[in-house]
Amino acid sequence: MNSDMRPGSSRMRLRGLIRKEFLQIVRDPSSIAIAFLMPIFLLLLFGYGVSLDSEHIPLALVVEQPNADTADFTAEFDQSKYFVTSYYASTREAEQAMMAGRVNAIVVLRRDFARTLRRSDGATIQLIVNGVDANTGRIISGYVQGAWGSWLAHAAQKRGEVLQVPVQMQQRVWFNSELRSRNFLVPGLVAVIMTLIGALLTAMVMSREWERGTMEALLVTPLSMREVIIGKLLPYFILGMGGLVLAVGMSLFLFEVPLRGSLWVLFAASALFLVTALSMGLLISTVARSQFVAGLIALIATFLPAFLLSGFIFDIGSMPTVVQVITHIVAARYYVAILQTVFLAGNVWGVILPNALALAVLAAVFLGLTWRNAHKRLE
Amino acid sequence: MFGRIFALVLKEFLTLLKDKRTRLVLIGPPLIQLMVFGYAATFDLKNVPFAVYNEDRGSAARELFADFDGATSFTPVAEITHESEIAPLVDGKQVLMVIHAGPNFSAELAAGRPAPLQVIVDGRNSNTAMLAINDASVIVDRFNTAWAQSHGGAAPPAHIEMRAWFNPNLESRWFFLPGIVGILTLLLTMLVTALSVAREREQGTFDQLLVTPLRPVEILIGKTLPGFLIGMAEASVIMLAAVFWFKVPLLGSLLTLYTGIALFLLSGVGVGLMISSFATTQQQGLLGAFIFMVPAIILSGFATPIRNMPELVQDITLFNPMRYFLLVLRGVFLEGVPFNLLIPQFWPMALIGVTAFGIAGWLFRHRMY
Repeated sequence: MNSDMRPGSSRMRLRGLIRKEFLQIVRDPSSIAIAFLMPIFLLLLFGYGVSLDSEHIPLALVVEQPNADTADFTAEFDQSKYFVTSYYASTREAEQAMMAGRVNAIVVLRRDFARTLRRSDGATIQLIVNGVDANTGRIISGYVQGAWGSWLAHAAQKRGEVLQVPVQMQQRVWFNSELRSRNFLVPGLVAVIMTLIGALLTAMVMSREWERGTMEALLVTPLSMREVIIGKLLPYFILGMGGLVLAVGMSLFLFEVPLRGSLWVLFAASALFLVTALSMGLLISTVARSQFVAGLIALIATFLPAFLLSGFIFDIGSMPTVVQVITHIVAARYYVAILQTVFLAGNVWGVILPNALALAVLAAVFLGLTWRNAHKRLE
Repeated sequence: MFGRIFALVLKEFLTLLKDKRTRLVLIGPPLIQLMVFGYAATFDLKNVPFAVYNEDRGSAARELFADFDGATSFTPVAEITHESEIAPLVDGKQVLMVIHAGPNFSAELAAGRPAPLQVIVDGRNSNTAMLAINDASVIVDRFNTAWAQSHGGAAPPAHIEMRAWFNPNLESRWFFLPGIVGILTLLLTMLVTALSVAREREQGTFDQLLVTPLRPVEILIGKTLPGFLIGMAEASVIMLAAVFWFKVPLLGSLLTLYTGIALFLLSGVGVGLMISSFATTQQQGLLGAFIFMVPAIILSGFATPIRNMPELVQDITLFNPMRYFLLVLRGVFLEGVPFNLLIPQFWPMALIGVTAFGIAGWLFRHRMY
């Protein structure tokens, strides 16, 4: 209690502890590698590697009787940037190619294509897709539909008409008009990477001290629990912010993600998130009691939840209610929402403030639990 | 020799399972994660909130909007009457989509002229946006066909008839669940192996192990078996849950499946031990586990197809055992691919495993502190 009445000496003690943490960081270079090399390595790998823009899909075309009509139709596919076409003599051969994974879909024009085209019920175009990857399957079906539509339009144009469609859907995509998947994946990756860094930096820190018995030694010094927690957080916070600046810089300049909100909002939100992530790491290392268990929990609790439950790839609104409730304890969820908004939409306070508040609440809960747990251990 | 190895295996099992916390961490999370992730990982949109902006009073527009209301992908949450209301709703993420029919929508339609229907989508998550557009255009297409039929319009000269092999309803959960089986198996082998040697090194007991009559090969076997056996057991449990709880079809043979699992565990445990014997502290071991696991999952084709990656990255994935394991899992589960067609996936995993074991064994003796 005395310590709180003498702020000057408290600051000095804190400075001593922070200095000690920094020395520990510098002597085991793995912390520095986590903070600076991880974001570069992961962002490069994923920024280039992860994409949902399907192009060059291998497609088998089977034309049982080639003629002018079928040539018009297949030309649409040959010219499409979405498909790489290859021709097969029979459906059986094309099916074998699909079995072996050489093509993802087959389009069959039957022998009677040209003849039935002129009948009232029209010709049938057969499309077989490999449904194992359901998402790609649906994308292919959309593209084939598109090629079919432009074939109809071209045919009408040739006859000097304009294709009549009852309802014409006109789509406008806000914030990302070209639907460039990198624009939303890169901010999401920043969130996943910062989760990893935050937890990795601190997950071992307290458990190491408990395991080696130096925590008890720390606590018999005049340092209060609060000072110990601050002393542990601060050095890693500075390291983490360094990594964050790197990650944001790469997103803006290397991957050319537009930043429509302001930079200070981005950094304020990121600082808040980093505190939350670091606090989670501290909590893990306090609860675990040994570095081994802390490492196991960090492996389980950080990457996969941030990857699968944050809305980074999978839409949270489409998950069952129970799972949606669970996503509320995943800090990355709030950060992903803020990042995608600040990068692509701008400073929308209606999104930023509630999510920032949630991050603050989570951080407070994690720190509170850490504090309580650390106290209880001494009894 | 077998007695010595058996003693070491027993000791490894004891260190893993005697501590209550470790036991809890190894047994609880995989099943919980399968449940949560199994439900979370889907690209099938459900209840996407949208706003109705209908300036038309005719019945045609009402019918079309009713089609949107009835679709499982969409849920109407707001009705707006003015253009200025669109931006706040979309910006604040209250709706993902706004559908707008102008004042002359029904009149144009009745007169046989194209009636525009505007769909405004929030593109912050471009994948969700694209899926929403696809689902919306399916609804509009169906409406158009019905309209043409009932109003005597000319039917298009050709139509598409689609069939999806292996997954007739194109349920994306079927695609992701085998992937989750793979991810959790990888996570588990990393948990058991990545810190095992690093911990002994940090505590100094590894040196003691090296001066016992145990040869490096025997230490390697002793360190491998627990991870391998625990991995086998948990992979089996996770697969049972996938088949009986999530009803993912299992078309192929169990022999093929278990060959794949065994080879994957071999490579996973090998890489884990390699990382662990390279590390001098547990912190480094953990770092190594992450540096391997994160790219192994993201570049495995689990969520985003390998085909979409640049060629250089595609070449990097050739060193990733997960890539082969996912092909085996999806092939055996959904397509019933026979053993001989999966040999191209089997041998790279075996090769990665053997190489990793070689390096780990070498490090045992040559990395001393």
